[in-house]
Amino acid sequence: MSFDGASFEARDINAWRGDRHILRDVSFRVDRGDFLKITGPNGVGKTTLLRVICGLLPAETGELHWRGKSIRGARDEFNAELGYLGHLNSLKADLTARENLRFLAGLRQSLTAADIDATLDRVGILSRGDLPARSLSAGQKRRLALARLLLADAALWILDEPVTNLDTAGIQLVESVILDHVQRGGLAIAAAHQRLLDDAPCLRRLELEP
Amino acid sequence: MTRTPITEAARLVFVRDLTLAWRRWDEVAQPLIFYVVVTTMFPLATTPDLSQLREIGGGVVWVAALLSSLLALEALFRADVEDGTMEQWVLSGQPLGWVLLAKVAAHWVLTGLPLVIMSPIVGTGLGLPVSVWGVLMLSLLLGTGTLSVLGGIGAALTVGVRRGSVLLSLLVLPLAMPMLIFGSRAVSMQMDGDSPAGPLQLLAAIFFMALSLGPIAMSAAIRISVEN
Repeated sequence: MSFDGASFEARDINAWRGDRHILRDVSFRVDRGDFLKITGPNGVGKTTLLRVICGLLPAETGELHWRGKSIRGARDEFNAELGYLGHLNSLKADLTARENLRFLAGLRQSLTAADIDATLDRVGILSRGDLPARSLSAGQKRRLALARLLLADAALWILDEPVTNLDTAGIQLVESVILDHVQRGGLAIAAAHQRLLDDAPCLRRLELEP
Repeated sequence: MTRTPITEAARLVFVRDLTLAWRRWDEVAQPLIFYVVVTTMFPLATTPDLSQLREIGGGVVWVAALLSSLLALEALFRADVEDGTMEQWVLSGQPLGWVLLAKVAAHWVLTGLPLVIMSPIVGTGLGLPVSVWGVLMLSLLLGTGTLSVLGGIGAALTVGVRRGSVLLSLLVLPLAMPMLIFGSRAVSMQMDGDSPAGPLQLLAAIFFMALSLGPIAMSAAIRISVEN
């Protein structure tokens, strides 16, 4: 998929959770090759903002633009270029790692067994490929979810705390896949507490304040 | 890599659900066991006289089938919403209605179809003659299919609600009443030697209406349910 001309812009996003006004006039723009890191204390609305960007939560007011066009009314086209790694790993405990990828990532892209093996190898769990997901450790499950994101071949990545449960090598892995992605011309937006690509030139920051 | 066509995406969801059910077969078998047990109890509780049982046989099979299908409905979308799979489906760029319809189809194959296949056997226990088997199975085929789609809409609406199962029964049971009436009527008309074409055609009409409008309603309901 070509990432040419990919850009994402949010203008004056306002959102409520219950009766709390969480996001107040949040605006930002991400262009190809950018990695936007959203920081802020717990409960400030990082996850809410990411879910609004994905379209899982409706914003009360504000506009979202993808490739210069409003995503309202072009939801499926936007979703096809969007990869979302949420709090939940979206894995089925009874399916093996390979089956999890085949049945979920396969919904977006036609995958061959070689594609799946290459990606499992990339995230370092190739030897666990035929184990049911229930027997993987928390960190290995996160790696498997990351493999799903890689296979989606999306232009815009939305990552919610991508390094949760990961060891040092796992954090480096996440950093390297994000770097690869933005160097290919992709876009990434992540909410993170920990250090994540803090010295990279592609990094842009968005600080949410309570 | 190329984009997955929608038919392939629907097939993947369908195969996935059958694979999962195969690994959890005890949960899948529960509605069928309930169906057989309930219909077996009727002769014990009422009368072993076949001519009397025959009068109520069609209705009993239909009520038991309806309740057993309802039993399995609540879990239809819950696991996928709780583990985040549903979010990924919503964001997959595939038409959500098709994905959910594939899931409902798998659910019907696992819970509705076994009831249809078992119905001649439990019907025989209630004194239904061989001549009504065909009508009984055809009416149940249409009825359980409709109920799977209607139940899918109900399950999609209530999946985000705590203790949604009570609400689900309240939503779905009234909608299932026409099927119960036409279904058992078709069986009794066949038994009395009349043509059951009228009620069967009405059942088919309800089925196709549910099949064509159901996916739209389900995807709208799921989009609301994943907002939480």
